[in-house]
Order: sequence, then C-alpha cells, then structure tokens
Amino acid sequence: MGNERFDGRKDDEMRPITTRVGIIKKADGSAMFQIGDTIAYAAVYGPRELYPRFMHNPREGILRCKYNMMPFSGAGDRVRPGVGRRSKELSMVTEKALRPVLNLSEFPNAVVDVFIEFPQTDAGTRCAGICAAAMALADAGLPMKDLVASVSVGKINGKLVLDLTYKEEAIDGEVADIPIAITPGSGEIALLQMDGRISADELKTALEMSAKACREIYEIQKKALKAKFGDLK
Amino acid sequence: MSSKEHLIKSLDAGIRFDGRRLDEFRKITVEIGVSKKAEGSSRVVIGDTEILAGVKLAVEQPYPDTPEDGKLMVNTELLPLSNPGYDPGPPSSESIEIARIVDRGIRESKVIGMKKLCMTPKEAVWSVMIDALTINSDGNVIDAVALAAVAALGCTKFPKYEDGVVRYDELTDESLPLSTPDVPVSVTVHKLGKHLLVDPLPEEEEHADARLTIALVEDGSLVTLQKGGEHTISPEEIDRMVSLARSKAEELRKLLK
Repeated sequence: MGNERFDGRKDDEMRPITTRVGIIKKADGSAMFQIGDTIAYAAVYGPRELYPRFMHNPREGILRCKYNMMPFSGAGDRVRPGVGRRSKELSMVTEKALRPVLNLSEFPNAVVDVFIEFPQTDAGTRCAGICAAAMALADAGLPMKDLVASVSVGKINGKLVLDLTYKEEAIDGEVADIPIAITPGSGEIALLQMDGRISADELKTALEMSAKACREIYEIQKKALKAKFGDLK
Repeated sequence: MSSKEHLIKSLDAGIRFDGRRLDEFRKITVEIGVSKKAEGSSRVVIGDTEILAGVKLAVEQPYPDTPEDGKLMVNTELLPLSNPGYDPGPPSSESIEIARIVDRGIRESKVIGMKKLCMTPKEAVWSVMIDALTINSDGNVIDAVALAAVAALGCTKFPKYEDGVVRYDELTDESLPLSTPDVPVSVTVHKLGKHLLVDPLPEEEEHADARLTIALVEDGSLVTLQKGGEHTISPEEIDRMVSLARSKAEELRKLLK
C-alpha cells in the first residue's frame, strides 16, 4: 500500500466539503455540513423556555446539544435509536466546543437547543456536527464572538493524516484519532480528544495541521452564511 | 372569531391558507438512494415537510409462530430537529401511531415476499428494518412517511452474506422481493367542519375534527384504515373519504415509478 491513502488524498488534505445554511424551515437556525460521505444536519431552537425548571440558570442562558446518528446511517448494523453512552458524551463535548463562542447573558433561565442528526456517516461525525452547529447558531442570529471549525487528525501506520475515513480508522494496526475544534478568529482550541498513542511532538504537529484545515473550513462556513445573508443589504 | 372558525370560513369560500384546492397536494418530490450507508433510502418532500427513510437488513432468528417468514419493523422518529414542538426522549404516542399505520400498510398489502426472506426455517431469515425520520415537519407527516418507506424499500439491495456474516460494505445487485401491484400508498383525509381535505397544513391538522388514513394497493383495495381525531365521521363521509383517497393514491403511486 506504501504511503498512499485509500482515496488518494495527501496527508494534509481534507475530503471535499459542501455546506448550506437554512435547510430546516421550522428551526430558528439550521445548516448542513458534508465532508466526504459524512453528512451532518444541525437545527437551533431558542432561546426558548427551559424545562425542567431546576436546570434554570438565572445568570445566563444554557446551551443544550443533542448528537444523534440516524438508525440507517452507520457502517454495519442498524444503530438503535435513543440515547446511548457514546451519543451522550459526544453531545456533551459538542456543547463544550460551542459554548465558548456564545454569549447567552441576555437570556437568563432560557435554553438554546441544538439538534445534530447524521443521515450518513463515514467517520469524523462529531467534527462535522460541530461545524454544522456553529453555522446554525450563527444562522439563528445568536450573539457570537467567533465561529467554531472542527476536523480530526489521525495517526495511521505511524503517520499523521488529516480527516480520517472509516476505512482508515478500521485498518489493522495502530490508529490514533484526534478530533480537534478551533475558534478560527482567536486560534484557540475548543475541543480536543484523543484515543490511540502519540508523542508530545506529534500532538503539536496535529494541532498545527488542524489549525490550517480549520481556517479553510472557516472560509467555507463564512461563504455559506454570506450566501444566505449576503443579499439582505 | 376563533382561528378554527376563521379556517372553516375560508374553506366555505373554497380557500386554503396556501391557495390550494381542498383535494390538492402540495408539490411532492421523491428521491432515492440518499444515504450510502443504508441498504435502501429515500427523501420525500411534500411542501415543506421533509422525511428521510432508510432500510437496514439483518439476519435474525424468525419469530416462532412464523418460522419461514422474514421480519419487518417500522420505526418513525419525530426528530426535535424538525419542529419546535417535538421534544427529545422516548417515542411519543404520535410517532408510534404513525409507525404502526405504515407498518400495517406494508404488512397487510404483502408487498414484501416474506417467504423469500427465509434462509433456513426456524433459524435464519432476513429482517427488514425501516426507519423514517422528520427533517422538517410542516403537516401531513403520515402520508410522507408512508411514501418514503415504500420508496426506500423499492431501492433496497441485499448486502453480501457469507459464512454467517453480513458484509454491509458490499451490496449485491439483488433487490428486495417486492410485488409492485401490492405497494401500499397512504392518503390521509381530514375533516374540518363539513369539509374534507387532503395534505393538511399544520393549522388544518390542529383544528381538524377527525382524520382517516387510508392505504391502498394498485387495484384500489384498502389495506389499512386508521381514524384519528376527537370527532365522529358519518358513513357517507367515509365513502367520500375513500373515493378521494383512491384518486389521490393513484397520483402518488406515479411518483414511485
């Protein structure tokens, strides 16, 4: 196999991205983000009333994210609907990745709900979901100081590559997966996870790779948002 | 005047909020093969209502009472993503009702050759699992889900099956055994005052006195009936509802070809 990737991409090359804003009419904000064969839909509802009441925060609004794979979206068996441990964790890390750019101080006791659904997946779902959700939040007109862009870096056969596919994740041998989200305006890290084994230097390289890629994603996100709002002037 | 009175007054004048006739559907599009990970999938858009449906196949043990028949499961999710009124959590009775109506249409029409899904009696049969989810919910989710389910079945291919393992990454050319004349198509007729209408907007659904979902096969036989709503329907109205559904079902059926 040599150094070639299955789909012939370069090590620091992402899969093609297409994205659209305002895809769900009933939502306050929505977006679709597709990277390769992974498709994320995100819808934002709110700020709206928050139940149960004990969750109320009188100082500011809260952000609540829900990550969900459609039952027919995965490689292999049907994904049983409902909240599992994996989707619960991914919902939580998505929330933490988006929260830093949102200012909800004007909405005490309220909630901003973000629903993220995947009709088709080929790895990198949490990253695609975060990209879609950030755009949906902007589409909803919420006060934000930055967008969030996200992509994973992986290590396969001892080499760091950008944006793993499922086939790459599933190879025999050592694989590390490092999903990273960045607030592109400030260059800060909003999500960082890893499973696998890498050195400190490799982490540094991975962060650099993702920063570069996230700047590209950021441009794509801005372009899609402008495509919806650009002609309002 | 309440909003219901207003709605009925408009209908008296033959006007719906979006300008349609009472027996007119909104624009419908049916697209197949929308998810590469499913064995069959579809997207049905009726007006602003959008449904994604996917079919997954698996090899399972048959039910003891039907040892030579494949299995069927239909699930509907009213995703909170699609409507501010849908909450996360266990399935609502509304979503269970829709799934069961669609399940009955597919089961009772015998559109799927269940015997052909048997590999080893009592041991291994194909199980057909249909999931239909709302992407945007803007009225008439029942008919849209029913249409999406059969559209997804229509393009379903078997995955490779070797040594007791399903190879989901390799679809064969073999289609699900379907009997085209038996494809069920559902039309839900709503009653509002003395008016009967199809393909309701959310406002019309909210104020409807009653509804009747009718699934029909190609020769016009009925394979599913489900009445809903708080009010009664007269036998004469049922008659009109059935003939309205029959003519609309013919229109919908053309979209599946």
